[in-house]
Amino acid sequence: MSEHKVDTVCDTGKQSCNAKQDSESRDHSIGEMLRQRGVSRRDFLKFCSAMTAAMALPASFAPRVAQALDEVKRPTLVWLEMQSCTGDTEALLRSANPTVAEIVLDILSVDYHETIMAAAGHQAEEALDKTIAAYKGKYICVIEGSIAMKDGGIYGSTGGKSHLDRARQVCGGALATIAVGTCASYGGIAAAVPNPTGAVGVQEAVPGVTVINLPGCPVNADNLTATIVHYLVFGKIPALDSHGRPLFAYGKRIHDNCERRPHFDAGQYVEIWGDEGHRKGFCLYKMGCKGPATFHNCPTQRYNEKTSWPVAAGHPCAGCSEPQFWDAMGPLYKRLPNVPGFGIEHTADKIGIGMAIGVGAAFAAHGVISALRKDKNPADKTKED
Amino acid sequence: MSEPLVFKRYYVWQLPVRICHWVNALSILLLSITGFLIGYPVIAGNSPHSFVMGWVRFIHFVAGYALLISVISRLLWSLNDHCFSGWREYFPFLTREGRKEILVMLKFYFFIDRKTPDAVGHNPLAVTAYVGLFLLFAGMFVSGFALYAEHAPGGTMFATLKPVYLLLSSQTMRLYHHIGMWLIICFVINHIYSVWLLDVKEKGGEITSIFSGYKYTTKVHVFSEGKECDENGCFIKIKK
Repeated sequence: MSEHKVDTVCDTGKQSCNAKQDSESRDHSIGEMLRQRGVSRRDFLKFCSAMTAAMALPASFAPRVAQALDEVKRPTLVWLEMQSCTGDTEALLRSANPTVAEIVLDILSVDYHETIMAAAGHQAEEALDKTIAAYKGKYICVIEGSIAMKDGGIYGSTGGKSHLDRARQVCGGALATIAVGTCASYGGIAAAVPNPTGAVGVQEAVPGVTVINLPGCPVNADNLTATIVHYLVFGKIPALDSHGRPLFAYGKRIHDNCERRPHFDAGQYVEIWGDEGHRKGFCLYKMGCKGPATFHNCPTQRYNEKTSWPVAAGHPCAGCSEPQFWDAMGPLYKRLPNVPGFGIEHTADKIGIGMAIGVGAAFAAHGVISALRKDKNPADKTKED
Repeated sequence: MSEPLVFKRYYVWQLPVRICHWVNALSILLLSITGFLIGYPVIAGNSPHSFVMGWVRFIHFVAGYALLISVISRLLWSLNDHCFSGWREYFPFLTREGRKEILVMLKFYFFIDRKTPDAVGHNPLAVTAYVGLFLLFAGMFVSGFALYAEHAPGGTMFATLKPVYLLLSSQTMRLYHHIGMWLIICFVINHIYSVWLLDVKEKGGEITSIFSGYKYTTKVHVFSEGKECDENGCFIKIKK
């Protein structure tokens, strides 16, 4: 792997430097730019293979991906932070593989990203306005974090502009918007009850624009890169499921691709933390794993350059990439949600057993009374007809 | 000395009705046991090859299909013009006489009156409960098959149930599916108690009728859907 440093974009020159680099790089293909930055052909092809696998395409597509990336010009990308913890940015910047990090930071040219750009204040705002005006309909917008809708969107703003207005402005002129992380996709943790800011996902806040949802807490950086590469290679956004997620990454349930699935089918479960089953890597179903309710490619793609993912690390899936995560997926360590209105620690089955016992007791009492009661004589016609 | 009682025998449950009843009963038993084990897997496998949960789930799915087919068959059978199994039997609350009969049964249950309804086929109050049960079944089919279809997101079943996934999260469906089971179990307790009670009180062979198909009554005229029925369960044509 190339040990090429990531932060070669610009040091302190800010706008002028940005602009210079801008005009240079837009004339070159991604392949050329990679070569200029000392990425070997071998590393480039490795990256193409990894992306082909991430897009769930057969290995025979790798040369086509390489060819397309060799020819295609870099797209313009702006990254907006809304109501978020910057976890998705962190996930991206912590990518161990320098080639992938470069693709995102350098080659894909994040023209505006609050966390990593050199410019600040009015300069940054100006850069954003310039970019979206100059590349109207051609740039890709990445949004991280939910959008606060309550009270006209006053609970979230950047540079004096509410997130809602900004999203309308930037997403409206974008080729496509990629909502990274669960917050940007469906509102996420900020949207959990009682949702004080009225947080929603991008698609709900700005209906009518093309949004690709990449939920997850955080987003898997490989899925984001693969989505962009998919656009570069095929010239269109990937096929989406009914929740707006690319099928290549969210087309299968975690439970069905889980490495612990054989233990599930065999009936081997972790019963308490640290027991023998837990040490042996048994299924985490009884510890509240939401794998059976969650669509994501975690078991195959894994996080941090395929190093690990929660279930591999011995923790049940939290269901973070599903709509209504946090509310619908809680409690974290229970199989079922609690029954609303019954207070905490009251599961459907406890209530159900109570109900069945109650019904049984009621009818038993009825039976005793009926048995003691004098029967109506069938021959007694006084009350009939 | 009173006159000897004359019991007349009526063919109330045709063979398909009885088959559906027992397929339903067996499926509900299997579904409840395996469903409980899926929610709380208390039986554990010894080795990764034991496939305990695999079999439990297999039985659950087969029983689910059996119940679905049985319920659909029963609904289709209700289109025939038999006295006691037609679909009109299920909606006594739509007619005045039917509502009166429901009231009679409620009075009986609350010890207000000793009289039981005149109907020989379906008890008007019980059959109203069955309408609720069938709606409950529908909810269980939708939530159950929606959860089942998640293993094949490219499949026809998943595509057909697409609106369900947009409306409810999988966890919410799981919750409803559990609550549904307990409601059905409560129904079963009620059902078994009531057939016992009416078998004792009406002396018409309520319990054995679901095995043999015959019920006994001292009533001279038996009506269903406002028309008189003969002993074979056929409507008697009124001559004018």
